[in-house]
Amino acid sequence: MQFNGLRLLWEGLTGHKGWGPLWRDPDPKPEYDILVVGGGGHGLATAYYLASIFGQARVAVLEKGWLGSGNIGRNTTIIRSNYLLPGNEPFYEFSMKLWEGLEQEFNFNAMVSQRGILNLCHSDGQRDAFRRRGNAMLLAGADAELLDRDGVRAMYPYLNFANARFPIKGGLLQRRAGTARHDGVAWGYARGADRKGVDIIQNCEVTGFRIDGGAVRGVETTRGYIGAKKVGVAVAGSTGRVMAHAGMRLPIESHVLQAFVSEGLKPIIDGVITFGAGHFYVSQSDKGGLVFGGDIDGYNSYAQRGNLPAVEDVAECGMAILPALGRARLLRSWGGTTDMSMDGSPIIDATPVQGLYLNAGWCYGGFKATPASGYAFAHLLATGRPHDTATAFRLDRFARGCPIDENGAGAQPNLH
Amino acid sequence: MLIPHPLLGPRDAQEFTYLGDAALLNRPEGGDEAAFHAYTHLRDNPAGPHRELWYHEQGDRSWLVVTRDTATHEIVAAELAMDVKGAAR
Repeated sequence: MQFNGLRLLWEGLTGHKGWGPLWRDPDPKPEYDILVVGGGGHGLATAYYLASIFGQARVAVLEKGWLGSGNIGRNTTIIRSNYLLPGNEPFYEFSMKLWEGLEQEFNFNAMVSQRGILNLCHSDGQRDAFRRRGNAMLLAGADAELLDRDGVRAMYPYLNFANARFPIKGGLLQRRAGTARHDGVAWGYARGADRKGVDIIQNCEVTGFRIDGGAVRGVETTRGYIGAKKVGVAVAGSTGRVMAHAGMRLPIESHVLQAFVSEGLKPIIDGVITFGAGHFYVSQSDKGGLVFGGDIDGYNSYAQRGNLPAVEDVAECGMAILPALGRARLLRSWGGTTDMSMDGSPIIDATPVQGLYLNAGWCYGGFKATPASGYAFAHLLATGRPHDTATAFRLDRFARGCPIDENGAGAQPNLH
Repeated sequence: MLIPHPLLGPRDAQEFTYLGDAALLNRPEGGDEAAFHAYTHLRDNPAGPHRELWYHEQGDRSWLVVTRDTATHEIVAAELAMDVKGAAR
C-alpha cells in the first residue's frame, strides 16, 4: 500500500475502510542472517537500511514489548546537527540530511518540520564557544548563524531580556534543525522495513545469547531459540541488562530523563529554544502543547519515572528565560531510561564476541540520530566496517584514551 | 527520595550529590592500566539493588554507601562509606 494524496482523497470519500495494517505480525523463523535486537527507532531504522540499502533479505527485529514502546516514543522530538567535535558533527549532519529526505524515502508522514533551533548564550565566553561551534558545523557542511541580542529579540520578543543573572547575549541558530513526529518515525521505519521483507517480531524478549567458540550463534528468547549469523543489539536504555547476558560490562550507566508537556496553547514558539545557562529546551507541538525538558535526574535508574527535584529544576530554568511559561498548566510528565556513556557520545561497534554488534550509549540525544544510527549500524552489520561518519564511535576508545567528550566532563555519566 | 542517614536520620536526597557505583571505593593501585580502565569506565549497571555513593554536600559532608533498587527507587540501606571502607580493610 503506497500512501499518496489521491489515495487519501479516495479513502476520505469512502469512509476510510480501505486502510490495512502497516506491517505484518509474523512468528519467528528458526534462523535469520541478521537479528536486530530492539524494535525502537534505531533498531527499526537499522533493519530498514539493511533491507533497502544493503540488500539483506533475511532480517528480523526482536522487540520485548510493542513496537516503539521505549525511548522513541518518550523523547522531546528535536532533530539537529549542532555538535562541535570532529568525531560527532559529520555523523549528526549525515543524520540531518537523511531526515530531510526521510518521508519521501519511506513513503510515510513523519511530520519532519525544519523550524530551527536557537541555543541562547548568556556570557561573552559562551558566545565565543558558540562561534567556535558554529564554525565547526559549517566545516562539516551544516548550517549555523550567530545571532546578536537584537537578532534573538526579533525572533522571540517575549524571552526574558531583563534577567540580570542570565542576560541573553545572543544565540546560535541552526535553521535546518527542528522537530519530527517521534511515533511516526518508528512507524515509518517499521512499515518500510516490513515492506522489504523484514520480520518484526513483537513481545519477544531476548533472555540470552548462544555463544560458541567466541562467536554468536543465535539468541534465546521468550518465544524460543532463534539462530542468526549476526546479531545487532540496539536497545539503548536497557543495554546494560541485555549485554549482561553476553557477560559484558560496558562504559554505560542507565539514568532517567524526564520530559513534560503543557496544556494546548495558541501558537507562541515556532521553533526550538534552549537555555544556555542551565539545561532547558522547549518547542511547541502541532497540537499546541509546550514540549520541554532539562537535565537527567542524576542517579542510576531503570524505573522510567523521575523525582520532583528534577521537575523543579526544569521549571526554574524555563521560568528564567520564558516567564510566560508560569501561566501554563502542566498536562503530563514522564520518564525514559537513557544509556549515559562515559563521554556523552554513542557506541556503534563490533564487540569481542564475533558476530555480536552493539549500538548503544545515546545518552539523551538518540532521537535526532535515528536515521544515521540505523544507516551506520546497518553498514557495520552488512559490511563489517564502520560507516565513514561513525568511525570514532568505538567501544575501545575509553581504554585507548580517545573519548569524544563534548562537555569536557570526564568519565562521570551523570554530568554529560 | 529520602535517604536514611545513619547519623542524621531521614534526609531529602536533594541535600546529596550522586557519584555512582560504590565499587569506586576500591581504587586499584597505579601501574595496572587494564584494571584502572575498568575502574574508571566500566560499570555493572544492574536493574535491581545497587550499592552507590552519595555525598551529603548540604549536610554533614559525609560519604554514604546507599543500597537502592534502580528499578523501583526503593532505598533499603545507608551506611557511612568510611565504615564500609574500614570493614573491607
